[in-house]
Amino acid sequence: MKASDFSYENPNSLNAALALLANQDGDVQLLAGGQSLMPMMNFRLAAPDTLVDLNGVKELQFIQETETSIEIGAMTRYVQLEQSPLVTQHIPLFAKALPHIAHSAIRNRGTIGGSAALADPAAEMPALLIALGATLNLQSLTGQRSVLADDFFLGLYETTLADGEIIESISIPKLASTDRTGFYELARRHGDYAMAGVAVVDRVVGDLASLRVVFFAISDRPVRDQKMEDLLQRPSANDEQQHLKEAIGQLEFHGDLNADAATKQHLAGVVLNRALKEMET
Amino acid sequence: MSGPLTNLDRPNSYIGRTVPRPDAKRLLQGRGQYVDDLQLPRMVHAAFVRSPHAHARVKEIDTTAATSLPGVVAIYTAKDFVDHVTPYVGVLTHLQGLRSAPQMPLATDVVRWQGEPVVMVVAHNRAIAEDACGLIEIDFEPLAEVCDAAAALKDDATIIHPEFDSNLAWERLVDSGDVEAIWDRDDVTVIERDFTFGRHTGVTLESRASLVEFNPADETLTYHYSGQAPHMMQAVLAKHLDLPEENVRLVARDVGGSFGIKIHTYGDDVATAIAARLLRRPVKFVADRMESFVSDIHARDHTVHGRIAVDSSGVIAAMEIDDLTGIGPFSMYPRTSAIECNQILNLTGAPYQIENYRARGRVVFQNKNMMCQYRAVGHPVAMAVADGLLEAAAHEINMDVVAIRRKNLIADTAYPATSAAGMKFDDLSHQRALEKLVSMMDYDGLRQSQEEARERGVYRGIGLVSMVEVTNPSPMFYGVGGASISAQDGATVRLDAAGALHVSSSITEQGQGTNTIIAQIAADRFGVDIDRVKVTTGDTATTPYGGGTWASRGAGIGGEAVLLAAQALRQQVLEIAGTILQAAPDSLDINNGQIVDVEGAATRMSLGELGRIVYYRGNELPNDMMPEMIATRHYRVTDFPFVFTNGAMAAHVEVDPETGFVKILDFWAVEDCGRVINPKLVDEQIRGGVIQGIGGALYEECLYSDDGQMLNASMADYLVPMAAEMPDIHIAHIETPTKTSTLGAKGAGEAGTGGAPAALMNAVNDALRPLDASIYQMPMTPQRILRVLGIGKD
Repeated sequence: MKASDFSYENPNSLNAALALLANQDGDVQLLAGGQSLMPMMNFRLAAPDTLVDLNGVKELQFIQETETSIEIGAMTRYVQLEQSPLVTQHIPLFAKALPHIAHSAIRNRGTIGGSAALADPAAEMPALLIALGATLNLQSLTGQRSVLADDFFLGLYETTLADGEIIESISIPKLASTDRTGFYELARRHGDYAMAGVAVVDRVVGDLASLRVVFFAISDRPVRDQKMEDLLQRPSANDEQQHLKEAIGQLEFHGDLNADAATKQHLAGVVLNRALKEMET
Repeated sequence: MSGPLTNLDRPNSYIGRTVPRPDAKRLLQGRGQYVDDLQLPRMVHAAFVRSPHAHARVKEIDTTAATSLPGVVAIYTAKDFVDHVTPYVGVLTHLQGLRSAPQMPLATDVVRWQGEPVVMVVAHNRAIAEDACGLIEIDFEPLAEVCDAAAALKDDATIIHPEFDSNLAWERLVDSGDVEAIWDRDDVTVIERDFTFGRHTGVTLESRASLVEFNPADETLTYHYSGQAPHMMQAVLAKHLDLPEENVRLVARDVGGSFGIKIHTYGDDVATAIAARLLRRPVKFVADRMESFVSDIHARDHTVHGRIAVDSSGVIAAMEIDDLTGIGPFSMYPRTSAIECNQILNLTGAPYQIENYRARGRVVFQNKNMMCQYRAVGHPVAMAVADGLLEAAAHEINMDVVAIRRKNLIADTAYPATSAAGMKFDDLSHQRALEKLVSMMDYDGLRQSQEEARERGVYRGIGLVSMVEVTNPSPMFYGVGGASISAQDGATVRLDAAGALHVSSSITEQGQGTNTIIAQIAADRFGVDIDRVKVTTGDTATTPYGGGTWASRGAGIGGEAVLLAAQALRQQVLEIAGTILQAAPDSLDINNGQIVDVEGAATRMSLGELGRIVYYRGNELPNDMMPEMIATRHYRVTDFPFVFTNGAMAAHVEVDPETGFVKILDFWAVEDCGRVINPKLVDEQIRGGVIQGIGGALYEECLYSDDGQMLNASMADYLVPMAAEMPDIHIAHIETPTKTSTLGAKGAGEAGTGGAPAALMNAVNDALRPLDASIYQMPMTPQRILRVLGIGKD
């Protein structure tokens, strides 16, 4: 379980990192927190020719406030999010969800940008970003573009990130104190990838109520279903549970070692109800 | 002897006292020496190409590209070893009819499980060795695999070893009394259940590791070993590498857990020894976690059909089991893979007075990783089957689960007793253990709170187990069957010139505190401060011959040898002191390193002074006195095949019927391991054991695809129990010392693992009962619980 040979680059600026990413031959991979990539390399499931380590790029580590959003540098670690008063105040969903992401030792290293870039369908962060209506700001040597989290995650370990692009930061709209959030996941052991999980954000945007429901660990990507969101926003119908069950039945479930598709379908309903219930309290 | 064993007011009274572990500071400071910490000059590293198939013919192996990789020292296939090792066969003569095929360290022609080593690469470091493994091309011709144990016995099943007529490795029948006369009786209630126990393994913190050096000048092989039976491995290696036994030295320094995993003959370890001999330089092999999962032995993997008959008063009229287990493609050498099944037949229902008992066990070959003895061999299966049936029967006749045990447990006054399966018991305390458990857990109060919880829609369950544990085995366990496995152990205790005690023992330390209790017993029986005791274990060159630490035998057998040796040395020293001091030896005593008068306890001389006279100023001694200052004693159990212990445990769980999740609210264990030498170490043995039992009951399972691929060979996917989910484990003891020894210690190492799964299964079923559901499959995963609740079925 030793990684195969690779060359290692340790840039100290985003521009230097972008240049390395653009100009190195062969398979170049970015090293963020390394909590997924390093095990994959040691298992030889990943064998990059060049590893560009972003841990020295200090300009990617920040948490800043604008009038409407919290701007988070891609190399910000989970532990920094957990400890940030800005995050606690304006993104309470993070405060609820972060303790479920693996363990302290992993949160000490793991980064928000690394998790987004990896796009593990069982991970919490991609679903949280979609639920929060986050925007990912991507940088390349040739320019900058911003992509909504809704459009960023394409499938199993697949994103819209193009060759030569690095996630520079993530913008998350602030939640108002009247906005509500819910989070629930079922994991065999604390810190494991979930058997099923969901993040819910209920906020008022302009004059419109906007409810977002995003499941994770049930399919090959985070799953947001607007039909279900519409159902939940309608004044409570008598047979709401039945409608919800039907809406969940329309989703595509991918089984894993702990839960087959049928179990995930059942548990999706359970976590949704529990997250909604938590949101009410 | 200078007083009763448990007089804690005596000076140097350590037996029965919680003494901090002398080695704790060293380990906590990171100064342990595990095999991978050792660096030897000219050392090279091994990696293995393992079979990706469960069953395939090896047609061609192309090592050309790998051979030319810089840093590669040697590449070996099975044919390179043919002249350097003799094949081994995992059978024992007392397991009549057990058969297995000859095994070689590397697969020859056919691979029979995914993970079987095929090619060995030796290189300057492990990374290069792994690079080379990646360059080796093997042309496999896949063969039909046989993975399911029941399917392996079908007429049309592929035969894994063509020299045999079937995949059956062993079958045993036990028939006691007349069960057939019971089933149709009008006055009994008969309950039948099918139990399934998943495969799991013992995940040691330090993985398997070998570092072997060969000195061609004197033909000696030194094997730095992470394991629990150095003398056994010495005999195995000497025999199969054709070396004189005295030329093979096994040295175990610190061992990071073993649990039975590291007590077997593994092809990669033997290959490491052969390579070291061929290359004449040290070769290190440290299994990485992925290869540990596909090559460390697995355990359990049993399906059992069980049947019980109880009369209207709750008395067990008959019990019958039919056990089927798949052991992988070979029986493991030298302990065999039939022992677990054998134990299940021996132990099912053993705590109870049962006249009519019938059992069949079948052990079959299959194309999965090898199966063998892991902590609590057979016990979790035997206890879960018997107590699962018993509690199901109790509910069927509306009887309380404690009451039905009171009715059936062998009475504390009935010993010596013999079970239906022929096990001989003495000094057990089932009834007292049960009563202590019931009072410790406040059974009646708990039942009441369970009722109240149910009214709130909360499903809680209480489950119990009464159990026996095989400990302190005699030669009837392995030696009788022809294995080079010692049932006796030795200890040498020596007094040095400064008055310190040096103990060398053939039992082994693998993290549980063996060295601590050795020091306690020696210091206690001899009469010095424990800080003056230095303990050596694990080295065949410097310790007496013995079995090692396994089968909960270290304290009971090795500890007794230490006790006897320390007492013998004490007698010697008192005779020397008597001569020097012109006093009768029996008027003197040793306390705190001083020779004192028995009467009045006045100090006469220090052991240091005595040592200096003996070693430096022998001229002051009479000419006919040649002091030894060293004593060796050996001990084995003679009166019984095993010294059984007993215990009673209970679990309190909450089941979430919406998710299938089980939360363990509390766990209680009452254990009678005879003399408790170090209460904290014993408690931690029980706790650690319970945790591994919880692992088997709720979390741990080696998952295989239908074609024999292990699906979860990583720590991310194979779920070991973690601290966050573990309950408080409450422990109490009953001390019924065994009459077979002075020390009176029985084993304690496996009780928790043996009993916890049964208590948990009963508790989960108790919680599910109002929902008309039950589960008899382990691990009891959320998905399996949802399925028995009818959720997620097609």
